[in-house]
Amino acid sequence: MTMTHSETKSDRISGTRLGYRFNIIGMVGLSVILFWALIAILAPLIVPYPVGEIVDLDYFGPMSRDFWLGSDYLGRDMLSRILMGARYTVGLSLAAVTIACFSGVMLGMIAAVAGGWLDTVLSRFLDALNSIPSKLFGLVVVAAVGSSIPVLILTLSVIYIPGAYRFARALAVNINAMDFITVARIRGESTLYLIRSEILPNIVGPVLADLGIRFVFIVLLLSGLSFLGLGVQPPYADWGALVRENIGGLPFGAPAVMAPSFAIASLTISVNLLIDNLPKKIRDRSE
Amino acid sequence: MNNRVLSLVLSRLLIALITLVIVSFAVFFATTLLPGDTASILLGQAATPEAVEGLRKAMHLDDPAILRFLRWIVGLLQGDLGTSYANEMPVADLIGGRFINTLQLAGVTALFSVPIALTLGITAAMLRGSLYDRIVTVLTIGVISVPEFMIATSAVLIFAVYLKWLPALSFANDVTSLTDLLRIYAMPVITLTFVISAQMIRMTRAAVIETLNTHYVEMALLKGASRPRMVFRHALPNALGPIVNAVALSLSYLLGGVIIVETIFNYPGIAKLMVDAVSTRDLPLIQSCAMIFCLGYLLLITTADIIAILSNPRLR
Repeated sequence: MTMTHSETKSDRISGTRLGYRFNIIGMVGLSVILFWALIAILAPLIVPYPVGEIVDLDYFGPMSRDFWLGSDYLGRDMLSRILMGARYTVGLSLAAVTIACFSGVMLGMIAAVAGGWLDTVLSRFLDALNSIPSKLFGLVVVAAVGSSIPVLILTLSVIYIPGAYRFARALAVNINAMDFITVARIRGESTLYLIRSEILPNIVGPVLADLGIRFVFIVLLLSGLSFLGLGVQPPYADWGALVRENIGGLPFGAPAVMAPSFAIASLTISVNLLIDNLPKKIRDRSE
Repeated sequence: MNNRVLSLVLSRLLIALITLVIVSFAVFFATTLLPGDTASILLGQAATPEAVEGLRKAMHLDDPAILRFLRWIVGLLQGDLGTSYANEMPVADLIGGRFINTLQLAGVTALFSVPIALTLGITAAMLRGSLYDRIVTVLTIGVISVPEFMIATSAVLIFAVYLKWLPALSFANDVTSLTDLLRIYAMPVITLTFVISAQMIRMTRAAVIETLNTHYVEMALLKGASRPRMVFRHALPNALGPIVNAVALSLSYLLGGVIIVETIFNYPGIAKLMVDAVSTRDLPLIQSCAMIFCLGYLLLITTADIIAILSNPRLR
């Protein structure tokens, strides 16, 4: 009885109740991610000052009690702008990574199950797409169709479909060689059934981990494009655009330059930490 | 070199060539998707319909896209990169000098980052699990997971603003002495070295660890070889291929880094030219720059693959 009691207690601490065990570093990563997700949802309710309003008489103001992260190049409150920027950075990246991974994984599984010429053509084409450097791809598309939020989401997801495809296809090919797939085929199951009920459940763990890594890439690329002035356009600003706006404050060491960068770093590093410390049960389910 | 290796290398080169065709296709059609008529954009608002029509004829804009694509490709192959929309200069002239500037930047970066990264990567792999290894790993993950511009701004903040060793921005036009030259290159090179080295350290470390995990290295350990001997005589010669492969692959990250670094430091290279061309929508310039970048990238990853094939002793 005592033993069961102590077990449930330790279970609660390490999170085994969900069936998974996270270590401390993973937990820290997860909480930072949840923090930014919450900020992104609640931003309009918690910003201390209206985002577009000039509230400080000084531009590039230092950190103070009134302006926790100083003020930007026009004297707007930096904290409010970063909190609102979270919406664009997190939201756009999340949308892009969902589209990229969904399409990539679907195509990957279809290619693995179908095989033959479909597999060859798809792999060749996506490999070619993959050998365009990602920033360059973004530059060319923005040059061609201009930068708007739907264009950004679509471009970012197209850039990362080949990676997701390759990853999912490699996993699915391994599963496809298993006996239970052969049995299912002999039973006469359709391709759709094979993908949905036999392959997907067996690769979903690694695919989710891959989704996290791709999310980091997308956040970095989006920030990079915005930093070049080709991403999110004013009056809206994501974190990359905030750095660009305030780059003039760099020689004075204004907090307005570094604060958005730190926000990006906190998000991407946390996702990496979480992925690296994911329970083996999720990460290596295919093995 | 036997036939099998030769055919593998040749097929890899063929794949690279096919990829290049697909890429040029993609670049051309992405840029022709441009909404609005190129001719009327060029002539401005005051243009008469007749003038627009004339220019369209002169630029062959009414031809089917595939014909224009073929004409563009043939021009590229003959070294004719077209004429810039923005200032009517031949694209080749605009690119020439700047291309050399970018190559210089990349070369100097490689000169610094390769030795640093190899030393750190190999030693970290040798001392796997030690405090040193953990510090190196954490630092590389840190550098990899932040955007390039953050590394650049941090470098400016540390070296120019707080320590005051270097100027914050570089201008390559008023170079009078060697120290000036050093100062101009220092900041972009420091930034790029950080970005590239982090990738290279990670890949090198992984490559060496993979070799250290093989049976013949375990055998060397069991027969009583010392640790340095085990690493330098048994593991490293076999890890050479994967390491060179890793170096070539990480150098391909230069392309992404260079775009940010040239913009932030105002470096007169081809990436800055391209970013400026994007803001003026100068299509021939964008197309040519994009092709140069893709070619460089493809060259690096193909080299990496071929080195991996050549260094595989099973194929010899």
